[in-house]
Amino acid sequence: MTAFFESLGMTYGWAWFVATVAGILLIALPLMLAVAMIIYVDRKIWAAMALRKGPNVVGPFGLLQSFADGLKVFLQETIVPSAANKGLFLIAPIITFTVALMAWAVIPFNSGAVLADINVGLLYILAISSLGVYGVVISGWASNSKYPFFSAMRAAAQMISYEVSIGFVLICVVLWAGSFNLNAIIEAQRGHGLGIVNGFFFNLLLFPMWVVFLISSLAETARAPFDLTEAESELVAGYQTEYSSMSFALFWLGEYANVLLMCALNAILFFGGWLPPLDWAPLYIIPGWLWLFAKIFFFFFVFSWVKATVPRFRYDQLMRLGWKVFLPLSLIFVVLISGYLMATGHFA
Amino acid sequence: MIQTIAFYLFAAMVIASGAFTILARNPVHSVLWLILAFFNAAGLMVIAGAEFIAMLLIIVYVGAIAVLFLFVVMMLDIDFAELRAGFMKNFPLGILIALVLLAELVLGVGAYRAGALHLGTPDGSAAPLLGRSNIESIGALLYGRYLFLFESAGIILLVAMIGAIVLTHRGARAVRGQQNISKQIARKPSEATVNTRPEVGQGVEL
Repeated sequence: MTAFFESLGMTYGWAWFVATVAGILLIALPLMLAVAMIIYVDRKIWAAMALRKGPNVVGPFGLLQSFADGLKVFLQETIVPSAANKGLFLIAPIITFTVALMAWAVIPFNSGAVLADINVGLLYILAISSLGVYGVVISGWASNSKYPFFSAMRAAAQMISYEVSIGFVLICVVLWAGSFNLNAIIEAQRGHGLGIVNGFFFNLLLFPMWVVFLISSLAETARAPFDLTEAESELVAGYQTEYSSMSFALFWLGEYANVLLMCALNAILFFGGWLPPLDWAPLYIIPGWLWLFAKIFFFFFVFSWVKATVPRFRYDQLMRLGWKVFLPLSLIFVVLISGYLMATGHFA
Repeated sequence: MIQTIAFYLFAAMVIASGAFTILARNPVHSVLWLILAFFNAAGLMVIAGAEFIAMLLIIVYVGAIAVLFLFVVMMLDIDFAELRAGFMKNFPLGILIALVLLAELVLGVGAYRAGALHLGTPDGSAAPLLGRSNIESIGALLYGRYLFLFESAGIILLVAMIGAIVLTHRGARAVRGQQNISKQIARKPSEATVNTRPEVGQGVEL
């Protein structure tokens, strides 16, 4: 894109600057639209599985429901509890929302279509996703109320626990792909399974790691069945209890942007990102970003499906799964995979 | 130009948030300022071309250590009067530590000015890495030249971890109501429920 702006007669520096700003807008604005629509999709899927109709009043098929909700919260008053720590109380939702958008900078939408093609891309995503917990923890503390505080402590412990196993899963993928760059990881998956299937999921050693990653990403985004941070049966609404209007909506948007990010990561790390499912020439006619969006949408459907069907975990079960099942399992697979790669001379 | 602006921005932010870390009255605010300082230090690392170190700084310090720190500090019952009461008692110790740090600073700057150290190139920019990314160079150093030091560091950390677990382990028998998940899953409805028809006033034998 920089070359295009340079052709309009700008110097390299300015062209780079304008191209970057344009790229940020090109990612952030459609992402917000996608979040609004995906909330609608989530509610529709959830309703269909409960044999209800879901939103069907605003717009055709209720398509504009999220926008109506957005307008509603926008017109409401932001209430700050008098005992709350005002500054932190208002900063917390902004942190959640900003962090959820930041990670999209390194997501490749097609070969070369990435805002920041850095060679520590995966580490950057790990770093940014570890920041997501701050919004929840700060809001829980700043609300100066019992339930948000419990929720904040749960969130802190939960995110740290599952980040460990996510880290090991990412190490497995990086070992096989030989790079931290997301585009290079996608390229490494071309024809990975029997020379025809694009994706690491087809690999017997990496498939269990994908299962661990999928479940951990549910826990990392605090989606059902791991939504203990907002367990309404015990904590009212968790860390969001004291929030209203736009500050509440920012949490909502950030949460769904994070869910989309985790779906995108599932698609990129294990299902070949913007590559078509099979390494077969006619499938390359369909542009890469459409394949990526289809995969993201598929994983979002899985997330909704799980939310609609699986009952919530108890807190000790959550911790047991993270530390006693996923951590040893992913550690064993790091050893197995690096051993296999050394034995077959993958690094030579 | 933009590097210079970014450097002074990050450097000023590191110093300012470091100062606010010790000036803030509320310990939670202190921790949050500390996190901001980590962030800006990571920004400085990116400018220096050490993006791997920058990411590690955020993942390890901001993502894990500071969260645990915040976790503990949030649960403190803060009594501000008591905090201030201890000030005069700890003042001599504080002065002593400050003097030690000042001496280290003077020694460090003195050694650097005397030419004992050669950090990077003379104009202050980092030494260029020839055709290799950060991660590859660090990996080659850690697993090549410093392999034994690296592994002994790993063993020390492992011993520390096992030590912490042994010290805090209470033994499984002390905990009541433990759940045996495989036993629960193996249970069948026929074993779990009994259908009886007791006589009136007789009760049920279990």
